[in-house]
Amino acid sequence: MTSSVDPGFRVVRREDLSASAYLLEIAHPQLARAARPGQFVMVMSRPEGERVPLTIADFDREAGTITVVVQAAGKTTKQMQRDVREGSYLHAVVGPMGEPSRIDGVRKVVCVGGGLGVAPVYPQARAFKENGAYVIGVIGFRSSELVFWEDRFRSVCDEFIVCSDDGSIGIKGLVTEGIKQATARHADIDEVVAIGPPVMMRSCAELTRPLGIRTVVSLNPIMVDGTGMCGGCRVKIGGRTLFACVDGPEFDAHQVDFDDLISRLRRFKAEEQAALERWERSLAPAVTGTTG
Amino acid sequence: MATKRTIRTIPRERTPMTERPVADRARTFDEVACGYSLADALRESDRCLRCPDRACVRGCPVGIDIPGFIERLGEKDVRGAYDVIAATSLLPAVCGRVCPQETQCEGVCTVGDTLEPVAIGRLERFVGDMAIAEGWSSASWTGPSGFAVAIVGSGPAGIACAADLAKAGCSVTVFEAFQQPGGVLRYGIPDFRLPNEVVDAEIDKLARLGIRFRCNTLVGRLFTIEQLIGEMGFAAVFIATGAGTPAFMGIPGESLSGVLSANELLTRANLMRARDFPAYDTPMRIGRRVAVIGAGNTAMDAMRVCVRLGAEEVTCLYRRSRAEAPARAEELHHAEQEGVGFEWLTDPVEILPDDQGSVRAIRCRRMQLGEPDASGRRRPLPVEGSEVELGCDTVVVAIGTNANPILGQTSTLALDERGYIAVDEDLATSIDGVFAGGDIVTGAATVIEAMGAGRRAARSIARYLGLGGARRADPDVRGEMLFGLAGDQRGYARVRVA
Repeated sequence: MTSSVDPGFRVVRREDLSASAYLLEIAHPQLARAARPGQFVMVMSRPEGERVPLTIADFDREAGTITVVVQAAGKTTKQMQRDVREGSYLHAVVGPMGEPSRIDGVRKVVCVGGGLGVAPVYPQARAFKENGAYVIGVIGFRSSELVFWEDRFRSVCDEFIVCSDDGSIGIKGLVTEGIKQATARHADIDEVVAIGPPVMMRSCAELTRPLGIRTVVSLNPIMVDGTGMCGGCRVKIGGRTLFACVDGPEFDAHQVDFDDLISRLRRFKAEEQAALERWERSLAPAVTGTTG
Repeated sequence: MATKRTIRTIPRERTPMTERPVADRARTFDEVACGYSLADALRESDRCLRCPDRACVRGCPVGIDIPGFIERLGEKDVRGAYDVIAATSLLPAVCGRVCPQETQCEGVCTVGDTLEPVAIGRLERFVGDMAIAEGWSSASWTGPSGFAVAIVGSGPAGIACAADLAKAGCSVTVFEAFQQPGGVLRYGIPDFRLPNEVVDAEIDKLARLGIRFRCNTLVGRLFTIEQLIGEMGFAAVFIATGAGTPAFMGIPGESLSGVLSANELLTRANLMRARDFPAYDTPMRIGRRVAVIGAGNTAMDAMRVCVRLGAEEVTCLYRRSRAEAPARAEELHHAEQEGVGFEWLTDPVEILPDDQGSVRAIRCRRMQLGEPDASGRRRPLPVEGSEVELGCDTVVVAIGTNANPILGQTSTLALDERGYIAVDEDLATSIDGVFAGGDIVTGAATVIEAMGAGRRAARSIARYLGLGGARRADPDVRGEMLFGLAGDQRGYARVRVA
């Protein structure tokens, strides 16, 4: 029919954080007003794309924008990395989804970000700080060239610890080393918030479990709609099956069945691999004169 | 008509509808039931006795004047037939396809007492398809009322309510969380049963009535119900968010990677077009042998999708017998035609893993039927020592849904003990001016029941707003500014209906 062409949602800024990670700042004034730390959005870059769940890394109510950080891991996110620029339009952006983080009642908190997990934990650290809490930031990267948002994160923290696997920046070791330092110095930590790869979050949970420190993790299982409808994001929490999109995405780390989460993240591994290879082959210079 | 029709003069059997041959269906999502020609429709309309009893009208959840439209059709006045239907039902092309007519209008048809009932659904679909092809619409405008009404959800309940309120002069905005409107008609019901073009055409018709569709809008989270009725200036709200979170069995093995809900399967295949992977990015893995738990319409849809996506063996597991299966007769019949296997009286107890964390088999016990239970159906009871292992690599769970929690989490709406939105007999919720209907009130039901709820809500809202008099105002004034932002600044994606 004669529906006018809908441009979608405008990307006002793109920043490359590393060779495989990029930041998109998206104009969506209403979403910027509604967003709270801990929530996520679903992004479709084009009509044929996937719905990609992305934790909100920042929101600017004045500018009317939200920020997401994307790891170029599979076909969809690599194609976005290639195609989405400042001034591009995304086909769909919907949210905020999920229950916001609990900020109140926490007086001393360790905010832990591993790799790209630094982005989603940042707005929480800021909210804790604004709420008067004592904030200890711990960020960890494989090595110094992957570090991003160090100054930005540091500015909302009372103490700040940088870790790297290879020792090229900060202390040598995983984020758990940073948490150990923090817990050694402070006996009155109310809460640890840890966001990053599942294996990292599991290590943090195992570290704080014997210390009896409440620990919160943000889970990012495979989802389709993000509104509680598909059940693809079901996670086992304390023996119960819950849906990360509507019951989470944040859960008590000591109750999370990480093995189940990690296993379910591999559901479409073969399809994802095939799609990526097919796409990468299609980028190679054509040997024959095909039109496809 | 000169000669009087009697049960002895009319054709004994209903006019058959051409169906896509089974062999052609295996790999295509093209519609299976091909519809009536005008000659078919005329022949079938002649089977209606126009009896004084009019049981069919009472059997229809929205009370369509069925003998009335069939009479017009019999006179070759298809436009007139459409106008009769359109006076009560908005989506004849949809309802003619997806209503369970055998338990509604056709189930009580007088002809059906003796012969096969009149094929009312097929006639309705014929009229609806003709209306789409000809671009007919039947809006009876009363003039703008000055009221803006928000509808939350663009499925059958939402659009039924939207259309009635638009006709009553309200400025109607429909909010939809997905990137395309239609709700279950879009994400749930597959194209071979309800083509997307039919959904597009019906939505397009509503857009031409002046109804605004705002996709990518998750009400409750982007703004709340209280904000809609408060600062956003809507005079009334109708909540029609539909089915909720998928229910699982609670048996061991359900989180294995080969286990998914029917909702997930259908949403991937239909809305996200995983069936066209890799042209579309969303993946789906079907495997060779699929076991589907449940025997409702959703289970039938899921199985028939699996057949088309190349599964070699698709089996339905249901703990009761065929007689108790909740699916529409035609869906069950089509699934059987397409080679789906049925294990009746079979209750899954455990899903067994392979060494990759996926599914190897499903362990079930056989059941027998005992005395009727609370649902009036005979209660299935396990047969001692009857456990069997059925090999499969995918398990689809299609046993229904629970209430979606989002509006409960984000508003003060009163919920019932199961988490659905509590309403009174007028479908009014605990918040003044906010009404609710469809699956989010009743739990999973049918498209036509949801439409019926939408129309009831429209009547209640019109009464609540005091409509009926001739209040004139610009309908576009209210509800247009949200949070001080004009419509074009808000970042909504405009509805795509092409």
